[in-house]
Order: sequence, then structure tokens, then C-alpha cells
Amino acid sequence: MVRLAATASPRGWLPRQPRKRVPRTTTTRTLISSVQLNRPRGKIIYRIVLTLVIVVFTLVFIGPMYFLFTDGLKSTQEAISTPPTLYPHQIYPGTYKAAFDRLDIAQLMWNTVYYAVGALVFQLIFDVAAAYSLSALRPVLGNAVLFLMLATLMIPATVLVVPQYVTMVNLPILHLNLIGTPEAIWLPSVANAFNIFLLKRFFDSIPRDYLDAAQVDGASRTMILLRIVLPISRPILAVVSIFGLVAVWKDFLWPLLAEYGYTPTKETLNVGIWQASQETPQNLIIAASAMAAIPTIVFFLIFQRNIMAGLTAGGIRG
Amino acid sequence: MADVATAPRPLAGRRTPRQRRGGHLVPKVQRNVAAWGFLVGAVLCFSFFSWYPIVREVIMSFQKPVYGGGYAWAGWFNYNAIFHDPTFWIAWRNTLEFTLLALVIGFAVPFCVAILLNELRHARGYLRVLVYLPVMLPPASALLLFVYFYNPQYGLFDDLLRIAHLPTSQWVFQPGSGFISTAMISVVIASTWMNMGGATLIYLAALQNIPGELYEAAELEGAGLFRRIRHVTIPQTRLILIMLLMLQVVATMQMFVESFVLTNGGGGVGDNTLSVVMLIYQYAFEMSGASNYNIASALGVVLMVVLAIFSGGFLWATRERS
Repeated sequence: MVRLAATASPRGWLPRQPRKRVPRTTTTRTLISSVQLNRPRGKIIYRIVLTLVIVVFTLVFIGPMYFLFTDGLKSTQEAISTPPTLYPHQIYPGTYKAAFDRLDIAQLMWNTVYYAVGALVFQLIFDVAAAYSLSALRPVLGNAVLFLMLATLMIPATVLVVPQYVTMVNLPILHLNLIGTPEAIWLPSVANAFNIFLLKRFFDSIPRDYLDAAQVDGASRTMILLRIVLPISRPILAVVSIFGLVAVWKDFLWPLLAEYGYTPTKETLNVGIWQASQETPQNLIIAASAMAAIPTIVFFLIFQRNIMAGLTAGGIRG
Repeated sequence: MADVATAPRPLAGRRTPRQRRGGHLVPKVQRNVAAWGFLVGAVLCFSFFSWYPIVREVIMSFQKPVYGGGYAWAGWFNYNAIFHDPTFWIAWRNTLEFTLLALVIGFAVPFCVAILLNELRHARGYLRVLVYLPVMLPPASALLLFVYFYNPQYGLFDDLLRIAHLPTSQWVFQPGSGFISTAMISVVIASTWMNMGGATLIYLAALQNIPGELYEAAELEGAGLFRRIRHVTIPQTRLILIMLLMLQVVATMQMFVESFVLTNGGGGVGDNTLSVVMLIYQYAFEMSGASNYNIASALGVVLMVVLAIFSGGFLWATRERS
């Protein structure tokens, strides 16, 4: 939380200077000095530690994922053999095909994308508008609203699943049953105090003069938001968007309640695979899990810089 | 842009103090109407899906369902019911066990890994991506992979034990309800593998903000490696450590998906990995015929109060003393 201002300030975004590549070794010193490392003994120890770390980390983090992807290529016989085979001796793509058809991965994946993108759109529209209002327009009772919103950060989401579910079954005043509809995932995602906090803080740091000047030039409030605030806020919007997508993609309990059992064709990947795991051969499940993992891995590899920067900018989201 | 920023503030755009204080009611009303227009979507969502459920949870916990629909006042009945349910105490004990183990493993390991990664001059990007990769996997994928590894017949882990001629284990389904049970450790291993990337990267960012001179000074004073960690690294990252510690405890106390997927929704042998949130889920949705939202709400309120007391107490105990 403390780190936020440093990583994501509007000034940091505006003048985009080409970054000079500084060799990593000459930057800040860490626990062990470069001098120490450059001694012959230090060099040897460093080499050993480095190799060890790379090997161990690769085994620990890639190892399980290696089996995730290759065991789906083994035939059932080979997958359950002891000792396990290190690589599929016989490539058997039939497992992937069978898993894809039986679990209807395409449908599940589409559902998940649909929920995630929809939730993102709702969050961007409502949370950005609210943060803009609280930051720049400052309505009566604005601070009270902000306080009430931030107070919900203290109450963990999982504690509220039961009343949330009951509310969703019969929405007060409107008397709608939203269970099984995409709105059951989209709308609660807007009630995210962390988004409001991040966005408002960022908007607060935009110099008032920009907004005043635009107002003098006759821009409406919506115009100021769209033409001035949003372009400056790209870094924080990226953070909010990425975490918005990932949150829906990773959520389990709420989609389980909101979409499970009622309309099976509307389950998310997580819930769908879990449900199928109870009555499907395990190697099909592994193949399905691998397929479910591919989009997130690709997404991560593409946006890894933003995700990792956002992690520190977004403070500590857990 | 630059011109705008450096130009003197245009006088016409400023309201005079007299105008702002009162007098012109119309612009003020207009401004508020516009502001609330921007705000209303989020406020409605918060009302329906956050504020109202919080209030509703407390109200529901004091009600009981009436035959034929509707609810009636029940006093402390629901609370009595859960306090007299032996599963309630088992679930709390398991949750504390998980939290404790997750702290020992899930709090210390990422910090040590971050310190290690911060010292390396090579392969930094690769290692960082590696550590964070499991965090991005859908939890069902990651956990079902562990279900497969933990399988006692053909799972990888038991295969490895067999190759090493060690006794095999049932992992998550290992019976036994001691305080540190094999079953719970298995859950923690999977959970740590899935989740440690986030904490590691946050620590790493904190470590990179430590001014190098501090280490230099400590070294000149003759401080060895461990004393440098003890007296420079830890105090300098104290704030982040405290924040993460608190958030991690709050997060692990709400453990659900790990145990739920690994034990196939059951909670292990003799409920030895059943967590409080799983019990809420079971009370509300899984007691066929006897599902009771009100009892589940009472348990939710208890969890909410415990977490609130914990975070409040923790923040109070670690506040900056000036």
C-alpha cells in the first residue's frame, strides 16, 4: 500500500522517456556486495547457488506443470503405471480430444471468458465513474460513501457467501432471481472497494489544473473524464483490468454457488472441471486441467510485466 | 499538456469564495446531481451485494425459517446450535492448524526465496516468472493436479516414495486427527505451491527498495550475513512483512477451495481437513433437506467477529510507536 504512489503516478506515465539499459550488476547493492562476489571463492559459491536455485525452482514449479501437460498425452495404461514414465512413450492425443469433447471445454472456456470480460466492463464503467465522482466532483455525503465502501475491505468476501446467495435468489425491492444469470457474477464484482481505493487515489494525484483548464475550455464532466482523466490513468486502469479478469478466472466458491447445478452450460472452467472430476477418469481430468491452464499461462506470459508491476502497485492483494 | 500545466491559473475558471459559500444554489445542485449520477451505479452494487448482505447476515443469524416460508425471531438459537455441534470445534481447530502451518511454510518460505532471488545477478526474470506461474493457474487445475499426485494407487508422490523404498502415504486422505496431521500438511503443500508467488514478488519489490548504504554501513561495522538480515533486511521491510502477515492470516482463515477440491468436497477422513468456510458451505447447501441458511449465517458472523478482532488486535499491537 505504501508503495503505490511511487510505482503508479500520473507523472511517471506522461513523459515516456526511453529507458537506458543499466547492467544489473552495477545497480543498488544488496545483502552481499559485488566485491565479495567477485572474489574467486565468492564466484564459485555464487555459481553453485545459482545453478542450484535454477534447477530446484525449475523442478518445483515447472515439474508439476510438466506432468500436467504430458500425462494427458499418455494412454490410460501408461498414466497409471508404476514406476511412472518420465515422458509419454506413446503419444496419445486421444485423451485430450476425449476430455475436450466430454467436458465441453470450449463451452466452459467461453463461459469463463464471458463472465470475466463482462465483469471487467462493469467494473471499469461503474468503479471508474464512482472514483471520478468521489475524487473530482466531491458530492454531498461523498466521504461517507467512500468510508462505507472502504469499510467493506475489512469484511472478507467468503464470510458473506450465504447472505449474498440469499440476496441473489431474491433481490430486494426488484424481486429478481439472478442465480444462473451472468449478472450474478458481473454485478457483485463491481462492489470492489479495492478498485475504488486504487482509482480514487490515482485520480487524486492528477493535478487539479488539468481538470480546471478543461472546464474553462467548456468540456463537460463526462468529456473531462474520457479525454483527460482516463488517458492519464492508463497504468492504474491496466492494474485494475488485469486483476479484475484474473479474479473472475480464479474464483471458485461464488461461481460454484451462483452458476452450478442450475444451468450446467453456464458453469465456469473451475467449477465445470471440478464437477466433472467426480465421475471422469483421472487422465481425462488432467488433460482438461491442462487445457484450462493454457489460456492463463499465455495471458501471463504476454502481460507478465504489467502483472508483476501491478502486484506491487496494487499493493498487497494477497 | 505542458503548456496547460505551466500557464497561470485562468481567473475566469475560479469561483470567488463568496460564490462558493452559498448564494448560487443552482450550480451546487447541478454539481451534486452530476456527481451522484456518476456514483449511483457503484453505490447500487455496493448496497445490494456488499452492505445489505452484511446487515442481512447478522439479522439472519438471529432468525429461523418458519414452515411455509418466511422467517421468525430465534434469539440465540442458531448460536447455541453451532456451539453444541462437535464439527464446529473440529472445523475451528483445523482452520487454526491450517493457518499455523500456512504461516510457518507460506510466510517464511516466500521471504527466504525473495532474499535469495534478490541476491542473484542472473536469470532473475526467469525465476520470477517461474515463481508466479502457479498463481495464474485456475485453482481447480492446480488442485486437481495435486489430487492426481496424491492418489495412493498411481500418484506420482507415492511412486517416488516407492522408488525410494519408503512407506507410502494416503496424503490428504491419511486418517489421523492430531494437531499437525499429514492430511493438513498435504493441503498446505498444495496451497503454498499455488499461492506463494504473490507474496514472493511483493517481498522482492520491498527488498529492492532497501538503500544499499545500509548494508554497506553494516558490513563496515563488521556485521556478518545473518546479522545483516536481522538488523537491516527485516527492519527495513517491517511494514510490508506486517501487512502481509495480517492479510495472509485473514486469507488462510478463509481457506475453502484447497481442501474442498483435494478431498472431493468431503473434508477428509473424519473431517480432518474441514475448514470453517467449508462448514458454512455444508450448513447452507449440503445438508440434504436440513440445509439451514440461518445456522450458516451464525457461523459466518462468528468468523467475521473473530477475523475483525484478530485484525484490530494485530494492527493495534504493531502500530507505529512514536
